[in-house]
Amino acid sequence: MKLLTLAIWVPILAGLLVLATGGDKNAPLQRAIALVGAIFGFLVTIPLYTGFNPAQAGMQFVERVSWIPQFNVFYHLGVDGISVLFLLLNAFITVLVVIAGWTVIQSRVAQYMAAFLIMSGLLNGVFSALDGLLFYVFFEATLIPMFVIIGIWGGPNRVYAALKFFLYTLFGSLLMLVALLYLYNKSGGSFAIMDWWKLPLPLGAQLLLFFGLLFAFAVKVPMWPVHTWLPDAHTEAPTGGSVVLAAIMLKLGAYGFVRFTLPILPDASRELAWLMIALSLIAVVYIGLVALVQTDMKRLIAYSSISHMGFVTLGFFIFNSWGVEGALVQMISHGFISAAMFLCVGVMYDRMHSRNIADYGGVVNTMPKFAALMMLFAMANSGLPATSGFVGEFMVIMGAMKANFWVAFAAATTLVFGAAYTLWMYKRVIFGAVANDHVAKLEDLNGRETLVLGLLAFAVLAMGIWPLPFTEVMHASVNELLRHVALPKL
Amino acid sequence: MNGNDILPALPEIVLLAGACALMITDLFVKDERRAVSFALAQSVLLACAAATTFVLWGTGGRLVYTFHGLFVADVLSHVLKLAAYVSVAAALVYSRRYLLDRGLLKGEFLTLLLFSLLGMMVMMSANSFLSLYLGLELLSLCLYAMVALNRDSAQSVEAAMKYFVLGALASGLLLYGMSMIYGATGTLTITEVAKQVALLSRDSTQHTFLVFGLVFLVAGLAFKLGVVPFHMWIPDVYQGAPTAVTLVIGTAPKLAAFAMAIRLLVNGLLDLAADWQQMLAILAVLSMAIGNLAAIAQTNLKRMLAYSTIAHMGFMLLGLLSGVVGGNWLNAADAYAASMFYVVTYVAMSLGAFGMLLLLSSKGFECEQLEDLKGLNRRSPWTAFIMLVLMFSLAGVPPTAGFYAKLSVLSAVVNAGQVWLAVVAVVFSLIGAFYYLRIVKLMYFDEPKDITPVAGDTEFRVLLSANGMALLVFGILPQPLMTLCFVAIKSL
Repeated sequence: MKLLTLAIWVPILAGLLVLATGGDKNAPLQRAIALVGAIFGFLVTIPLYTGFNPAQAGMQFVERVSWIPQFNVFYHLGVDGISVLFLLLNAFITVLVVIAGWTVIQSRVAQYMAAFLIMSGLLNGVFSALDGLLFYVFFEATLIPMFVIIGIWGGPNRVYAALKFFLYTLFGSLLMLVALLYLYNKSGGSFAIMDWWKLPLPLGAQLLLFFGLLFAFAVKVPMWPVHTWLPDAHTEAPTGGSVVLAAIMLKLGAYGFVRFTLPILPDASRELAWLMIALSLIAVVYIGLVALVQTDMKRLIAYSSISHMGFVTLGFFIFNSWGVEGALVQMISHGFISAAMFLCVGVMYDRMHSRNIADYGGVVNTMPKFAALMMLFAMANSGLPATSGFVGEFMVIMGAMKANFWVAFAAATTLVFGAAYTLWMYKRVIFGAVANDHVAKLEDLNGRETLVLGLLAFAVLAMGIWPLPFTEVMHASVNELLRHVALPKL
Repeated sequence: MNGNDILPALPEIVLLAGACALMITDLFVKDERRAVSFALAQSVLLACAAATTFVLWGTGGRLVYTFHGLFVADVLSHVLKLAAYVSVAAALVYSRRYLLDRGLLKGEFLTLLLFSLLGMMVMMSANSFLSLYLGLELLSLCLYAMVALNRDSAQSVEAAMKYFVLGALASGLLLYGMSMIYGATGTLTITEVAKQVALLSRDSTQHTFLVFGLVFLVAGLAFKLGVVPFHMWIPDVYQGAPTAVTLVIGTAPKLAAFAMAIRLLVNGLLDLAADWQQMLAILAVLSMAIGNLAAIAQTNLKRMLAYSTIAHMGFMLLGLLSGVVGGNWLNAADAYAASMFYVVTYVAMSLGAFGMLLLLSSKGFECEQLEDLKGLNRRSPWTAFIMLVLMFSLAGVPPTAGFYAKLSVLSAVVNAGQVWLAVVAVVFSLIGAFYYLRIVKLMYFDEPKDITPVAGDTEFRVLLSANGMALLVFGILPQPLMTLCFVAIKSL
């Protein structure tokens, strides 16, 4: 079975099918098709995990078909321990997004569902592409559905946010395209990522390529100082858009670092590790402080995302297995937690049509079930032990401690700041006396919302209590990666 | 081989006969029966396609010179001609309703269109400065007249006048350049010129003389392609001409201009590549800069697409100037094929974009302001989706054909070791992406001014959909078109 092909094309075809059903008259049918497509898309990714051999470091489930012989491009797919989990995460989140948008989206349902399904397929493509150009095509193509999602179903300032999102990321990607073409040229006409891993490159070229790729990935992560599109995009995007953006799209940049930058440019990576560590720490500390003063809940979570992603890039550039594995775990965990946090804000926004913290207060009195679930996610976001948030952060801090005490110290401050901004927001929104009439009229979670948040709560706890199934998959691949990074290729 | 065999020129003969027949037939056709002329024009195109296929099959793709070296039939010319037929046939379908509504669907339009196509075909098959120039003039004269087709519109007449004056000047420059080269080499036949130039360019005096002629040739060529600083006519003509004519000007003649560049620079003056590549580099960078920046400031769609054309032609030149690196043309075929792929893709995109304007125009309403696209997604989701594909393709975002066009050209540039040029191109592409995105924004994010569904004939809508889908299909499977371009360039 061509599992990876299925993982990519099942959601895309389901999306096209939804589009073909026409206008909003057929909304119930469209939702049903979307849900079936998303669930089926998730089911086909499960054998990727169960059939995965954790002892093997190389690529598995490999498919390779000639695609554009003119440029020696192959439809070349495969996953290793680093990428396999992201396919599952992505397919899982897509199911939740479809359910979460069930009643909230009333206009242009087909386009909404189709955009998410198509994007889900494209994202699976990014995580499984082993050909540089194929990767680029998927990487870029994801921009189109996201642009449309933010622009059509977003908030009042959506057009500005959509354009900013698109142009920022396009600029990064275009520079990456030049870098990929340079690698293609230097490797004697090969777009295979694995060939590039072995390609000897002088330090000067490596440094230039590093910056070419850095911009593309840094914008996507996003790293300070090219992060400014993210709060705008998140604030204006509909809930589903924020969820996919935070849970999956941000991972593309970080994934780019492990798939391209580290193994292809090991010497430049080591040479510039100080820069990356510095940028990551600025993201962790400074953006953490910025999050503290936000008055808009979505903005706050957006900044918190940047801060958490700072941990990921930090983990990659301390070059030990604690750091890299911790960063990968953090990526998965952040996928669950940020999705949950944005869904929580979405639940409140659907009822109150406000994201302002000041408009809330005492929500626990009217929505106790919701308050309990959000408590869990807030704790996870601040890195409480026994939640998934703790595992990744702890591993990265351990890794940093081995490298440099002060780096670890600065990184560890996030445990304080993270707790401060998350719990302070939680306190102001949920606790206290009922703030106004609107809050008094709130209704607690309905079945669908409970299901979505419940599934995420289960994932967050499971990963926090028993992270082994996640880490054991990536172990061999991470060691292989570190071996590549340690090998000078000047 | 060098004899008087007329078979290779069969498509031109068929077209000439067909165009004359059309001209006469049309005299006896009343206005309400104009469909007869229209059908006749389409069947002439079909006959030409059959003739070209027959010649291609008959010669087996070999290089054939005829009319004592005035005329060449190679795969390049066949492929470009076929592309031109498709483009002109589509232009006919797209513009029918528009012209009919405005009382412009007369025999003149059809005849001029076919004669302009004849001019393009002669250019594509030219192997002599003389035939090249004749083809060019035939094409240009027809276009001047077509721009002024709507005689009552002051804007159209002004545009035609500008086009004519500047076009005549450019032709003069071109002729002057040709005469210089002729003076140095003593021949008008391009293949002979190439041999002479190979000998002469070693001598520095002769070399200077040749470069002097080359400058004028490049200037004339740049005018026809519409690249900065010879671009002034493009925005005015695109805006002033009736949209149906803009559609014609913006599509097939680009193929002819590309053929002209190949015939003159590559077939004739490849030994001067080091000189003309530098000139093209300046033209290319300026075009991308001015085309993309000026397009942002436009509120008129036709004008915006005009500046976008300038930028695209600049991008296309990047391929042409990456062929020869330090006297070595190992990768030249790849680079020229990349340019050709770019032009063909661009023509398909331009056809779709102007076709869309024609579709959205109706009796008494010209769709030409950016605002006219507002809320198109509400009015007709499918039409909006086609336009979305067209815009992302023009911006060069995968998975559309426009991306592979940019990719091939950029790859050629990087292979030529000019990474800085690739970075410049990429930066201007980003700037360009903004105004294409603005159209997507207008269509999808804004509310419509009126919510009348988009009308239009069935065959028009089907063809336009096919046009958009083709860009998507070639975006997913670009190889066949790339191979075609590569084979065509290899045949030189």
